[in-house]
Amino acid sequence: MMRDWKTLQARLSDHGYVASDELAMALHIAMTLGRPLLLEGAAGVGKTEVARTLAAVEDTQLIRLQCYEGLDAAQAIYEWNYQRQLLAIRAASEDGQTGAAVEKRIFSEDFLLERPLLKAIRQPKPPVLLIDEIDRADEEFEAYLLEILSDFQITVPELGTIAAVTRPFVILTSNATRDLSDALRRRCIYAHVDYPDRATELAILEKRHPGIEARLAGQIVGFVQSIRREELEKTPGVAEMLDFAAALSGLGINDLTDDPQVLQATLATLLKTQADRAAVPPEVAAKFAGKAA
Amino acid sequence: MSKVTRFAARDPGPGARVSGFMDHLRAHGFRLGVGETGTALGALAQVEASDPAEARLALKAVCTGCADEIARFDELFDAYWMNAGRVRQKAVPSTGPKKHTRTTREDRQGQSSGQGRAEQPEGARGAGETEAEGTGRMVASELRNLMKKDLRELVSPEDVRRAEQIARQLGQALRDRRSRRRRAAAKGAQVDFRRTIRRSLQTGGEPLRLARRARPDRPVRITALCDVSGSMTLYARPFLAFLSGLMRADSASDAYLFHTRLVRITEALRDDDPLRALNRITLLADGFGGGSKIGANLDQFARTYARNFVDGCSVVIILSDGYDSDAPELIDAALRRLKRRGCRVIWLNPLKGWAGYRPVARGMAAALPHLDLFAAANTLDDLAALEPELARL
Repeated sequence: MMRDWKTLQARLSDHGYVASDELAMALHIAMTLGRPLLLEGAAGVGKTEVARTLAAVEDTQLIRLQCYEGLDAAQAIYEWNYQRQLLAIRAASEDGQTGAAVEKRIFSEDFLLERPLLKAIRQPKPPVLLIDEIDRADEEFEAYLLEILSDFQITVPELGTIAAVTRPFVILTSNATRDLSDALRRRCIYAHVDYPDRATELAILEKRHPGIEARLAGQIVGFVQSIRREELEKTPGVAEMLDFAAALSGLGINDLTDDPQVLQATLATLLKTQADRAAVPPEVAAKFAGKAA
Repeated sequence: MSKVTRFAARDPGPGARVSGFMDHLRAHGFRLGVGETGTALGALAQVEASDPAEARLALKAVCTGCADEIARFDELFDAYWMNAGRVRQKAVPSTGPKKHTRTTREDRQGQSSGQGRAEQPEGARGAGETEAEGTGRMVASELRNLMKKDLRELVSPEDVRRAEQIARQLGQALRDRRSRRRRAAAKGAQVDFRRTIRRSLQTGGEPLRLARRARPDRPVRITALCDVSGSMTLYARPFLAFLSGLMRADSASDAYLFHTRLVRITEALRDDDPLRALNRITLLADGFGGGSKIGANLDQFARTYARNFVDGCSVVIILSDGYDSDAPELIDAALRRLKRRGCRVIWLNPLKGWAGYRPVARGMAAALPHLDLFAAANTLDDLAALEPELARL
């Protein structure tokens, strides 16, 4: 069982995700100890992708809860299916049924709509539960989440307590738009995902676009890495780099320095604001491309 | 890399060592409870714990909780497990700052004598740890070779309490912004009829769920940057007390120190014990009382932290005298960049209180056009007097 995290790293890599030692170790520990894993890092470094790949590796379902401001329990945990309940009440009153029997029926499992959190704890095989961008949800929801993550049971007042069939493996991601509570941080295993270094990024590119020529791959990665060192509003992430590579190979480019005009056009995949486009004029792009070659 | 620390023969075992390590991290401001020690042991059981690299990764995943802690973890790990203090000790000349470090260590040991230190071995490990603690700080201060001051001499507990009160008032003056409009809200005083009727269609025309609306609060985030360069030493006292009070009074606020570098002190100032908080900033603020690079620091702030923490609901308070060793254009550019995020900028200048003061320092002159409020602030009372002005912003 020793060196398990190396195996995990290798299996992630087989599924197209190149994980750093730190990340692989954190995943391994979180899985073996049954703790949630909190991933932080800039946008576009592949936090969400970890969960997707892990679900593929474990051959299990990925259940995703995208957080946003104003997310409430009804959207995250469960909701009663009001329409069906009303229909049932109408039908029942036409049949002449009333009272307790109807009430019991309409507050049964048939009328319960599972939302991600409830769904996750009722799977026969432990799923990967991805709670994306937890920092966007408000603090009340965070507190509620803490409760669920510690007990893995959900109380529906009309039905009683629903205990977890299996414990999902929970991954939380955050872009640090607000500080998370200490309580949540303490409950989680933590890993910080950074922009990959040159070698790692090359490995990622080769995994995702196996057909790409080695020289061009080196150029692309070098180019993106030097763009990241510029002072930009939105630093391009790994996903943007892959888009950039896809755009270049789609256009049949073999060398970045060949055609400055095409290069400038494909920059649309990397630089996503007006100011950033202005910060990398054709001369600068050409310089980077020359250096990356 | 240095050798693994040799523990004394009468060391009680790995469990005690790990708990000693947790104690070591805790002393350096990591927020770890008893539960984490158990988790750490559990994690070590899952890996090849005798391999330092694996143990490091495993403990890192368990013990850290934010990017800042990740950055500091490796050094602390080396200090405890890898005997780093001993190796680096030789390279560091023992001059002035050492005396200071000794005092801190003795203080700390005095405080924590009740936390089971007695069961730890006195031999190699004890020496390794204390030396290691000293080195990290000394290396930093040696490199900068700047005058080092202990903030505890500057700020008293009474100051902090008083400042806390003022900061709370100022915070309220800034923050209490209720909108005149009404927005949909989960718990509101008014029923939102349009929404309720619209939503009733989902439930067959029966308004089962009432939609409500309320006047939203539009909270203001306060971000404070305090200049602690040489020229500001005299005024640092009320400002630091103010920052410390602000952090305690308002959990959404944010604080930074700068001299030649920019340091985020939010986490340190939130320490439960106000004096220990100041102690921790002393460590962060090595170079305190040295030169000032206002422009460069503001620029760095605008490019890094401001992206996450400053938006249209923010008020950035800069506490500085405007004497800058950088070019004034830098301040101009930095403030312009900062203002683009939609925040308001307040500059509090201790010199402005002087009779006949003119903002002639070039840095100050460059900053003026960007400021929403430019005010004097020498003492805590001056800060308190700002309340009506801030309320008007």
